[in-house]
Amino acid sequence: MPTLVSHPDEVKVISRRFGQGAADIDKYLELDGYKAVQNAIDQGENMATWIIDTMKASGLRGRGGAGFPTGMKWSFVPKQSAKPKYVLVNGDESEPGTCKDHVIFLHDPHSVIEGTMIAGLAIGAKMGFIYLRGEYRYLLKIVEKAVAEAYAKGFLGKNIFGSGLDFDIVTQTGAGAYEVGEESALMESLEGKRGVPRIKPPFPAVVGLYGGPTVINNAETIASAPHILLMGGEAYAKIGSERNGGTRLFGISGHVERPGVYELPMGYNLKKAIYDVAGGIKDGKKLKAVVPGGSSCPVLLPEEIDVGLDFDQMGKAGTMLGSGGIVVLDETVSIVEFALRTISFYQHESCGWCIPCREGTDWIKKTLTRVYNGGGAKKDVANVQYLAENMLGRTFCPLGDAAAMPTLGFVKKFRKEFEDYIEGQKAGTPIITVEQLVGAH
Amino acid sequence: MSTITNSIFTSATAARFDHLVTLYPVKRSALIPMLLYAQDEVGYVSDAVVTEIAQRLDLLELDVRNVLSYYSMLRTKPAGKYNVQVCTNISCMLRGGYEILDHCKHKLGIGHKEVTEDGTFSLEEVECIGACCWAPAMQVNYDFHDNLTTVKVDEIIETYRAGQGKDVK
Repeated sequence: MPTLVSHPDEVKVISRRFGQGAADIDKYLELDGYKAVQNAIDQGENMATWIIDTMKASGLRGRGGAGFPTGMKWSFVPKQSAKPKYVLVNGDESEPGTCKDHVIFLHDPHSVIEGTMIAGLAIGAKMGFIYLRGEYRYLLKIVEKAVAEAYAKGFLGKNIFGSGLDFDIVTQTGAGAYEVGEESALMESLEGKRGVPRIKPPFPAVVGLYGGPTVINNAETIASAPHILLMGGEAYAKIGSERNGGTRLFGISGHVERPGVYELPMGYNLKKAIYDVAGGIKDGKKLKAVVPGGSSCPVLLPEEIDVGLDFDQMGKAGTMLGSGGIVVLDETVSIVEFALRTISFYQHESCGWCIPCREGTDWIKKTLTRVYNGGGAKKDVANVQYLAENMLGRTFCPLGDAAAMPTLGFVKKFRKEFEDYIEGQKAGTPIITVEQLVGAH
Repeated sequence: MSTITNSIFTSATAARFDHLVTLYPVKRSALIPMLLYAQDEVGYVSDAVVTEIAQRLDLLELDVRNVLSYYSMLRTKPAGKYNVQVCTNISCMLRGGYEILDHCKHKLGIGHKEVTEDGTFSLEEVECIGACCWAPAMQVNYDFHDNLTTVKVDEIIETYRAGQGKDVK
C-alpha cells in the first residue's frame, strides 16, 4: 500500500482529504464533498459560463503533461451538437516515474467523480467515462464503489441535485498499453479497438469519442476542478506561479531519502524539492542527474536544477514539467544503461502505427544495446542522435517525441560518458554487426 | 444482443457481460473489460473465449483477436495461478528492480514469461506499474507489493505458495 508522506512546504489542495477515509461518501460529504457541483448548479442559467470562467481564472493547466489551459479546453466544445458530448477522464497513468493518480484514486475517488460531473455540466455532456490503466484493478474497485455510492445517494443518474439534468458515469480499465494514455488512442481503446492514435485535427473537442465532442482530461486535472470551484479561480491561481495556477502532485522517486507524492505549489524550486522535501540524495551520495517530469522529459544536470517547477520555467530550462514524476539519479548510475532502459520502454510501447516511431525506437534500442554490451562503434552516439532527431515531430501522437527527447538529452549532455564507455570496452571486443543485431531481435 | 446459449462462463460472469454491453453507447466498447474478466476466470484468453465474446458483441473473431494482440496484459496461453510481475522500469531499476527480478528467477526457477512445473507461479518482467514512489515494486496478479527487499519477496512468495494470497478472481 502506498505510504503517505508529508512536508511543511506542501500546500494541500488536491491532497487535503488524503488519509482521512474520504473514499467513503459520508466522509467525503463531511469534508465539503459534492458542494462544488451544487454551487455550480445553483448558478442556474449561467452555470456553464460560471464554471468555465472560474476554471480559466484558476490558471489550471493539464496535469497529464501537455499543460494546456483547462478552462480554455472546455470552452472549445461547441454549445450545439447533433451528436452526444462526453467527458473522458484519463487515468491511464503509465509514464515511468508517475504515480500521482494512483493516490488520488486510492484516497479521494469522489473528487474525480465530482470533477467529471463539473466538466459535464460545463460542456453539456450527459455521460462521463473514467478510464484507469489495467494494472489498477484494485483502484477500479475503489472507484466503482464510489460511483455506486454516488448513484445510491441520487447524485448521479437522473435529475442530478434537482437541476433537471442527467449525468451518468461508466468506469473501466485498459489492459496494459502506455500508448492508450494518449488522448486519441484512449478514445480508440474505449471504443473497443487497438489503441492507435488518430490524426489531428479534428481535435476531440469537436470530434471525439463516438464522433461526439469530447473533453478529455487527466485524472488530477479533473480532481482539481471541485477544489477550484470551492476556493475560487483567483485564489487557486495565486498559490502557483505566473501563468501556472495552483498546486500539483509531484512524485519524487529514485535516489532520494524520502520518495513519495508531495503536493507543492506550481513554480516550487526543483532543487528544494529534491534536497528539502524529499530529504536529499540517498545515503549521502552525490547527485548525477534528474529526469524532471516522467521518463519522456530531457535530463537535467546538477547545475541545472535551480529552476521553478512550472510549465514555462521548465520549458526555458530545455526540458518539460511533464507528468510531475521527478526521478533522481545518484553518481553510481550508468547513463548508458539508463538511456537503454528508457528507450527499451518506448520501443516496447510504440504501437507501430507511425514508421518513424516504430523503426526509430527499435534502432535506437538495438544500437544502445550493442553499446551497452561492449560491441559499440564510435559512430553509434552520433547515429543515435540522428535517429532521435528524425523522429521528432514526425508522428501522429507524441510517443515518438517522448522517446526521442530524453534520448537526445542523454547523448548530448553525457556524450563523453557514452564515448568513454565505448572506448573503455573496446579492447578485444568485436563490434556487433547489423546482422547480429537484427538476428538478436 | 446476441442470445448466448451454453455460455462457457460462470453464470455470474455471463450476467456481468450481459450488463456490461448495456453501459456503453456502442456495445463494442465492452470488449476490453470483457477480455480481462474472461481471462481472470479462464486463466487466459482461449479460443472459446474469443468465439463467445465475438458472438456477444456481434464482431468477427478476427476483430477480437486484432484487439487482443495489442494489449500486453492479455494472454493467449495460461499463466501460473499467481502471476508475479516485477517492474524494472527506471524508478524501480534505481532502487534494485533488477535484483528483485533476478531473485524471483532464482527463487522460482523460471525466467520471463515462464510458468513453474506445478503451475503455481509464473514470472514476468513488466514495464512501469505506477508505484514509482514506493519502488521497487511488483504485482502478483492484481495485488501490489512495494518497497521490496529480497527478504520481503521471499515472504510474499511463501504466502502465496501456502495458498493464503488472493487468487486472480
